[in-house]
Amino acid sequence: MTTADDPKKVLVIGSGPIIIGQAAEFDYAGTQACKSLREEGVEVVLVNSNPATIMTDEDVADRIYIEPLTVPVLERIIDKERPDGILGTLGGQTGLNLAVELEKAGILEKYDVKVLGTPIRSIEMAEDRDLFRELMSQLDEPVPPSEAVSTVEDALTAADQIGYPVVVRPAYTLGGTGGGVATDEAQLRRIAQSGISASRVGQVLIEKSLLGWKEVEYEVMRDGAGNVITICNMENLDPMGVHTGDSIVVAPSQTLNDKDYQRLRTASLNIITGLGIEGGCNVQLAYRPGADVEATLPPIDHDGPMYYVIEVNPRVSRSSALASKATGYPIARVAAKIALGKTLDEIPNAVTQKTTAAFEPALDYCVVKIPRWPFDKFPTGDRTLGTQMKATGEVMAIDRSFESALQKAVRSLENGRGSLLWEDPAWADSGPPDLVADDDRLWKLITTIRRGSSAEDVSRRTGVDPWFTRALERIVDMERRLLAEDLTPGLMRSAKRLGFPDAQIATLADRLPEQVRELRKEWGITPVYKMVDTCAGEFEAVTPYFYSTYEQENEAVPDGAESAVVLGSGPIRIGQGIEFDYCSVHAAWALQAAGVQAVMINSNPETVSTDFDTSDRLYFEPLDEESVRDIIENEGGADADDSQIPPSMVQFGGQTAINLSQSLGVAGLPVLGSEPSVIDAATDRGKFDEITSRHGLPQPPGGVARNAEQAMQIASNIGYPVLVRPSYVLGGRAMEIVQNSSELIRFFETAMEASPNQTVLVDRYLEGVEVEVDAVCDGEEVLIPGIMQHIERAGVHSGDSMAVYPAQSLTDAEVDTIVDYTRRVGKALGVKGLMNIQFVITGGGAYRGFNGRGGAGANGSGEHAPEVYIIEVNPRSSRTIPFISKITRVPMVRLAVDVMRGKSLVDAAGELGLEPGLAPKRNLVAVKAPVFSMSKLAGVDTFLGPEMKSTGEVMGIDEDFNSAVAKALIASSLDLRPSSNILLSVADGDKADAPDLVRELSASGFGIYATSGTAAMVRALGFEVTEVEKRLAGEGPTVVDIIEDGTVAAVVNTVTGDRQTLQDGFHIRRSAAEQRIPCFTSLDTARCAVEALHGEQQQYNIRTLAEYLER
Amino acid sequence: MTDDRGPVRLVLEDGSSYEGTRLGAEGETTGEVVFNTSMTGYQEMLTDPSYGGQILMPTYPLIGNYGVNAADVESRRIQVRGFIVREDCERPSHSLSEGTIHDYLVENGVVGISGIDTRAITRKLRSSGVMMGIITPRETADALEALKAAPRYGEFDVVHDVSTRETYQWEGDAGERSRAFGDLKGRAWRSREHWSAAEDGLAGLESVDASAGSVSANGTTKRSDSALRIVVNDYGVKLNILRSLRARGCEVTVVSDDASAEEMLALEPDGVLLSPGPGDPIFLAAAVESAKRLIGSVPLMGICLGHQVVARALGADTFKLHFGHRGGNQPVKDLETGRVYITAQNHGYAVESDGLPDELEVSHVNLNDGTVEGLRHKSLPVMTIQYHSEASPGPHDSEYLFDRFVDMVRESGALVPSPAGSSSE
Repeated sequence: MTTADDPKKVLVIGSGPIIIGQAAEFDYAGTQACKSLREEGVEVVLVNSNPATIMTDEDVADRIYIEPLTVPVLERIIDKERPDGILGTLGGQTGLNLAVELEKAGILEKYDVKVLGTPIRSIEMAEDRDLFRELMSQLDEPVPPSEAVSTVEDALTAADQIGYPVVVRPAYTLGGTGGGVATDEAQLRRIAQSGISASRVGQVLIEKSLLGWKEVEYEVMRDGAGNVITICNMENLDPMGVHTGDSIVVAPSQTLNDKDYQRLRTASLNIITGLGIEGGCNVQLAYRPGADVEATLPPIDHDGPMYYVIEVNPRVSRSSALASKATGYPIARVAAKIALGKTLDEIPNAVTQKTTAAFEPALDYCVVKIPRWPFDKFPTGDRTLGTQMKATGEVMAIDRSFESALQKAVRSLENGRGSLLWEDPAWADSGPPDLVADDDRLWKLITTIRRGSSAEDVSRRTGVDPWFTRALERIVDMERRLLAEDLTPGLMRSAKRLGFPDAQIATLADRLPEQVRELRKEWGITPVYKMVDTCAGEFEAVTPYFYSTYEQENEAVPDGAESAVVLGSGPIRIGQGIEFDYCSVHAAWALQAAGVQAVMINSNPETVSTDFDTSDRLYFEPLDEESVRDIIENEGGADADDSQIPPSMVQFGGQTAINLSQSLGVAGLPVLGSEPSVIDAATDRGKFDEITSRHGLPQPPGGVARNAEQAMQIASNIGYPVLVRPSYVLGGRAMEIVQNSSELIRFFETAMEASPNQTVLVDRYLEGVEVEVDAVCDGEEVLIPGIMQHIERAGVHSGDSMAVYPAQSLTDAEVDTIVDYTRRVGKALGVKGLMNIQFVITGGGAYRGFNGRGGAGANGSGEHAPEVYIIEVNPRSSRTIPFISKITRVPMVRLAVDVMRGKSLVDAAGELGLEPGLAPKRNLVAVKAPVFSMSKLAGVDTFLGPEMKSTGEVMGIDEDFNSAVAKALIASSLDLRPSSNILLSVADGDKADAPDLVRELSASGFGIYATSGTAAMVRALGFEVTEVEKRLAGEGPTVVDIIEDGTVAAVVNTVTGDRQTLQDGFHIRRSAAEQRIPCFTSLDTARCAVEALHGEQQQYNIRTLAEYLER
Repeated sequence: MTDDRGPVRLVLEDGSSYEGTRLGAEGETTGEVVFNTSMTGYQEMLTDPSYGGQILMPTYPLIGNYGVNAADVESRRIQVRGFIVREDCERPSHSLSEGTIHDYLVENGVVGISGIDTRAITRKLRSSGVMMGIITPRETADALEALKAAPRYGEFDVVHDVSTRETYQWEGDAGERSRAFGDLKGRAWRSREHWSAAEDGLAGLESVDASAGSVSANGTTKRSDSALRIVVNDYGVKLNILRSLRARGCEVTVVSDDASAEEMLALEPDGVLLSPGPGDPIFLAAAVESAKRLIGSVPLMGICLGHQVVARALGADTFKLHFGHRGGNQPVKDLETGRVYITAQNHGYAVESDGLPDELEVSHVNLNDGTVEGLRHKSLPVMTIQYHSEASPGPHDSEYLFDRFVDMVRESGALVPSPAGSSSE
């Protein structure tokens, strides 16, 4: 039903940077929503601060604002655009909160903007604990009883009413410090006491404990006419107690019978009806556990509820992205249409194109999601899982049995475990010491079963339903058979049907993986591909969305058209974020634009690339050698000759895809663009050195070490400090700047462990300005869209650096040198497609300042003349491709795909009105800033170094540097409040660089607090300072006290030099992270932030991307 | 744990052959192969009499996860002729579970097959239409011969095999209301006790001869003042229909499929419900005749086969669907309210919408294929639905139709004349 009142122009709020708990799923949802709204003729105004998203592409929405997501910014956009509707339910919690704040501030009323979809009142009812409980009581839906108390006596009274066990949750403490589960009065006395004192407001919540209960989620939708449907239900393998984002999740539920299932379904529908949701919604419920688990819990009242309602998310969520991918039902697309007032039966079903959106998907397969945690990056972090989500991403796998879906998901994780056979060496003697939920619990469970425990025993110890642990037992049984029996076709088929990868069968049956593959083919045991069609085969579907299984009928029969395979980037983890999904999606689109069918392979359910209408054929499969080769062979057809085998594109899916290039090469499968040998040459240090020295391209001195002795030798030749890092690893994992030989030995071992080919690079660490370029190359010519200058000096990982386009303080000669080196590197390596090169320019001062303040040579008198060194070459797409493509309007991926397919760069660029060389500078400044999720990761140190730590990025764009950087800092929550207090604790090595910062701070009216050494320096400069105690046990207020009590609003804490300062500063950095105040660990960033205050005062602009570009 | 289950084969009438492992009883079975897309509720489906004469194949691949129990049966025994699954669970997990699907089929003497590419067969049935199949240990050629010799579904009446032979009053509990929070386990045991005491093993875990007189046949006594008396004409009724009526305070009397209109009216019903059941309504000439005499004499509700019987009684036609509607996700629009409901369905035949008699109007349509899902008489208290408002398995969204029926019965109570001399007061 469309009427004259229908919105014509709608503001869509994006979710901002990727952080833990808010990842790529909102780019997927937002992109789908924008497309869906535009289908209805609506003009879409989009705001998002995250440049790495597809949704901020110029052709996804009509008017794109890459601006900070704050109320003042949104008000200015609303004032400028005058939309008649706003959609805040597709941008995660960020979008939802902003919509509510705009409403509360009266801004929506002022500008007559209608909230589309779920009304604000419904959102508030869902989000406010008391309102929600009141509604649930009206609806007769049970919620776990709870009470807020301030004394131990009240806690005891509350627990008596609620019934033990109870959970004690201190109010306003992060990470649940001081809380716990009490099963009796004595325990409660102790826990309540510590909880009350841990709480900043002296209050704890006493809540009925549902630990061990099943956790079940329903994804539901409701339209404005009151029609309600469920898209999918999901059961967590981990029972209540682990955040659902950190749980292994199965869809549909496996251990609920129809009455259980329908009971929870009906409850979920009642709840969204009661809330008045118009769009998508997620309902989390706790269900009474099965007998084995129940027996281990305190008695459950059998006259009490079978289930409790835990939480409702009145918006699309991570779970709805998962549900969309698990079922094929496009939740965000439909939610956007509901927001415009359409009813479910008026919305066409995009999958069948015959029926409507008013139906419930039927699955004829099992889906398993496993979270991807960042503890490979943060070995010192607290790895236990609880109520605070810690995963950065997730993988999903689909198959016709649980065991095989689970094993495929494990293969997709890329967490160094490889398969379920992995065991921690520490378990060698007596098995896993505990089965506590952490990132390795799945392996602990199966190892315990492998060592003789029964499935039921493991279930009783963990609360995991026996249905799941018995599946693990079946996997272990198969391992035993593979170890003991001859490998026959029957055994092979059974193993494959249980999801055993070739490599695992090879290990167990004492063969090589390639031999297993050959045997399989000889025996005719190859996977078939089935379609995800929302309807379990009942209707013909037009979605070419496939998963592999070992059965009879293959539905993915190639149609003979020319095609190419895009290898995606797998789960989002630190070092490999949404940027690579952006590139994969654009690669698919570029192929389509060239009339070639795009075949996408990926395992990440959060992404746009795994939306079924992004590519021509989507394979939701692990990105490992076996599965990629199987898919490519399937795409070639049953009796394919070489000419029918589709070529693969490995340049866009980050390290995941690039790592597969060598295997594809060995298997004789064609790769488009740079040959696998080029990739090898760029990453193999020996080969790369040979090429650079032959072509006269300067690199920092260094070498490749295979053992500690070699590393020491190299270091003493080139001199300390040196940079130590494993070869073939993305995101600077296990990379360190090392000052002396004892540190070298320590970090060499770490680097060695992380190195897939057991070699470690040792390079002279050159301090200087770091510069980065992305380029397209056809083997002869290069096109460089722009040069990006890092704000932090070399040594901070490029992914954690702020970068500014165009470079602000390079000389023309330096620019010429960079362009020249880029062309020569491309030609020397024979790069066809994309490459990213990082340079360091030494001399002329490490910190050059920006915007005319400082400038080249400002504090570099007496230093040697500037020199440009190549520090890294990656012959593939980089993290900065979306950023640079957007702000220069050079479609890098499109150009790369054309070149990879054989076009000359001159022709490819010419078609787009471009030409090789360095593209002309745009009349704008764009700053990319990293965003961290440190408050969510207890125990992780936040200082910036060569190892990447950020989870996402934002962009600030404006006419001048200060405004752009100010916006980047606001968007990344690193902006400073003028005239507030700031804590300085600067390492000795940095003190020489600190005076400028101190002067700036003082001139800007900051109150300065400092630890003793730094305070002495500040006083020596003639400024006022309050000295604070660094040691926690000292007398008087400590650094941590003044952070926690809000005395200081920002911290500068640098850590160069020895490890002792690193340890001293740890508490400072952690408490700053937990208080969510800016903490600068590089003086460069801090100076930049202070300088940016000038930008903020001079009022930044609010413009669309196009307006900046066309200025 | 399980007996040694050897290889068996499923052969379809088009000659296609699928190898699998025996599931359930040894032996051979033939029937019309149909698929159901519900992801839960296999036990309810197995015991649904509407599957009489058919071999059931759930499209969901993992069957038996939560075992079988006394609470999840919809009739006295397993009703399907055979069962085809991708994978059966040998170690189920659920508080109520009393055994595996395999043992359950063995106890009921039902033959099945496991390890089958059920999606491939679903796709075949989707394009070629439903077809006959045989599950057998024989070789394919042999099996095809046997299949050809077997009676074809649709050529014989199945209703009489699944209906009750005795009139009985259903005094079971109200079952699980969708909003109830009660302890399901407690409920299950209570209902089991009820059955074993009052109905002599109706629970269905033991195979019980359907014709054994297992219920009291005293339908005309004990009429309370306020309760509505509903007579259910059993063409293959599911227990949840009886429970749903009980939950609304009705006295429920069940009569056999061949009960005449007069026999039913003699029970002085406030309303009559014509139940679901298996097969082609074309075989139910007597029931159609009886329905003709009920229409106008008593408020009437027809569900599924009962809906088709009413439609035929009023002169509408029925036809066989290509592959039927079987699942728990079929969208139906209630034309009166404009609301869309997700419904549980299980039918292979439907009412022709063209040439519908004037006095009937379509009340519900299927959003997938536009077929008739419900009818209403323009002047008389007659309502019918093609789908299963009783759910079990399936969504509870359509429970409101029982309310609508009960309201209709109440409202028309005064209007409908009792048959002559029926007043016992």
